Amino acid sequence: MGIIKTRDLIYEYIRRDEEGNVEGITRALDDINLDVKQGDFVAILGHNGSGKSTLAKHINAILYPTEGTVWVDGMDTAREEHLWEIRQKAGMVFQNPDNQIIGQVVEEDVGFGPENLGVPTKEIWERVEESLKAVGMYEFRKHSPNKLSGGQKQRVSIAGVIAMHPKCIVLDEPTAMLDPNGRKEVIRAARALNDVEEITIILITHYMEEIIYANKVFVMDKGRIAMEGAPKEIFSHVEKLKALRLDVPQVTLLAHELKKSGLSVPDGILTCEELIEALKL
Amino acid sequence: MSLILDHVSYLYEAGTAMEYTALRDVCLKISKGEFIGLIGHTGSGKSTLVQHLNGLLKPVSGNVYFNGADIHDSDYNKKELRSKVGLVFQYPEHQLFEADVFSDVCFGPKNLGLDKKETELRAYAALKQVGLEDEYFYQSPFDLSGGQKRRVAIAGVLAMQPEVLVLDEPTAGLDPKGRDEILDRIAKLRDETGMTVILVSHSMEDVARYVDRIIVMNKGQIMFDDKPREVFRHYRELEAVGLAAPQITYIMQALKKKGLDVDTDITSVEEAKEAILKALKRNGGAV
Repeated sequence: MGIIKTRDLIYEYIRRDEEGNVEGITRALDDINLDVKQGDFVAILGHNGSGKSTLAKHINAILYPTEGTVWVDGMDTAREEHLWEIRQKAGMVFQNPDNQIIGQVVEEDVGFGPENLGVPTKEIWERVEESLKAVGMYEFRKHSPNKLSGGQKQRVSIAGVIAMHPKCIVLDEPTAMLDPNGRKEVIRAARALNDVEEITIILITHYMEEIIYANKVFVMDKGRIAMEGAPKEIFSHVEKLKALRLDVPQVTLLAHELKKSGLSVPDGILTCEELIEALKL
Repeated sequence: MSLILDHVSYLYEAGTAMEYTALRDVCLKISKGEFIGLIGHTGSGKSTLVQHLNGLLKPVSGNVYFNGADIHDSDYNKKELRSKVGLVFQYPEHQLFEADVFSDVCFGPKNLGLDKKETELRAYAALKQVGLEDEYFYQSPFDLSGGQKRRVAIAGVLAMQPEVLVLDEPTAGLDPKGRDEILDRIAKLRDETGMTVILVSHSMEDVARYVDRIIVMNKGQIMFDDKPREVFRHYRELEAVGLAAPQITYIMQALKKKGLDVDTDITSVEEAKEAILKALKRNGGAV
């Protein structure tokens, strides 16, 4: 069994009016079957309201399935006795850096998680040090988080998750509020954790350029998985992605347009180098 | 009809140990009907600049003029200024509060002291301008999707009929289609009404596609102020300050290096396609 597995996962929520009467039921997740292996870099795409974040919240037991089962490292998330262990194994980073940092000093913020797990003090400091080094923020350990840039704050948030020694990190649009440099920093940190520490990464994003590093991509629509495959396969379907309110990186779009104009260019070009090769320059 | 910043400087926490210069001697003229992209890394002074445009912040030194009048003159009508220069903040949907969409959009014009009929006419027009269908007008704004909520929030500002519309990251968190829908609407609105639009954005691709002039902020100063292709020509300097050029600009640079004779100032996929096809034809390649 992989680190994250879901079987026939359904999640419904009940809509109520102001008096609390039931207005209707919305099915936010509909029959999701996933199997993510330890060390995978998974990207999840989908338009607003497609169910991405609802799915993400199932991975660290913020939400439980209405029907079906979710296992994190073999533990059923619906069983309350596993709650803390699941949240330690699968950490989560959200969109807004300002909502996730609580410490007055960077290193204190990062130490908050392991402290709550009851880790001995000496080990907390070791973990803080290694986590901040892993995201390249060690030199800022004595700084106030208020004075950091958005990308730096997000990296501190990631360090706070790593300090809990998770096997998996779920990043829910971690770059939506960042400038281009901040986006690069965060994605670079996530890739390094995946490469070096073999931490499983689940990245939810609206930036198509960020998913070319994933080894597997899921595209969601109406609570279901609409497409599944390597980035190259997914980005070979330019028109289909557009119909799902998504997009492709500019280089992929350019290659697609050139192909439509009669050039012999393969589908699913992801990088500039691939385009140069395809044009035989 | 213009906005002028004349040697504007601004300090946060002036006179304390935390004193920090957010704007340093900024001079700027924005004319009616311009579509401007304002870019810069986090902390470069974009938001501080924007808050000077409708008098939310007062310069420590220098002056701000709107249509020829100094907005910090003691007898200047600031309330009117704020209806003329409309600011849409980041995640404006967090500011929705009324029980239904229509009442929320009415809030601004009602506060301007307009009568009920005029208020409602304006709210209706504004909701049409952002492309929200009638069926949503009497729903709670909180039942709408992210993109719809954001459009309602923008309509709330449009209902004041501003001459200048400033949007701070209007597409953050929206899916690619939602992003295009909002920006297309804004571009159309500007073409139809001649409104001045200032778009604060972290997406170089979006800025390249829509605006006619880019202002780049760095360390509280204006680093570049020019047409998009001129600004993105300085991509190395942009990178040094945490920005970038659109991906397509890098592709054209790489193709040129490989010997394909293409214009490296290109900023859109459409232009790039044409340029590559033309260059290949010149090379006698098979097209």
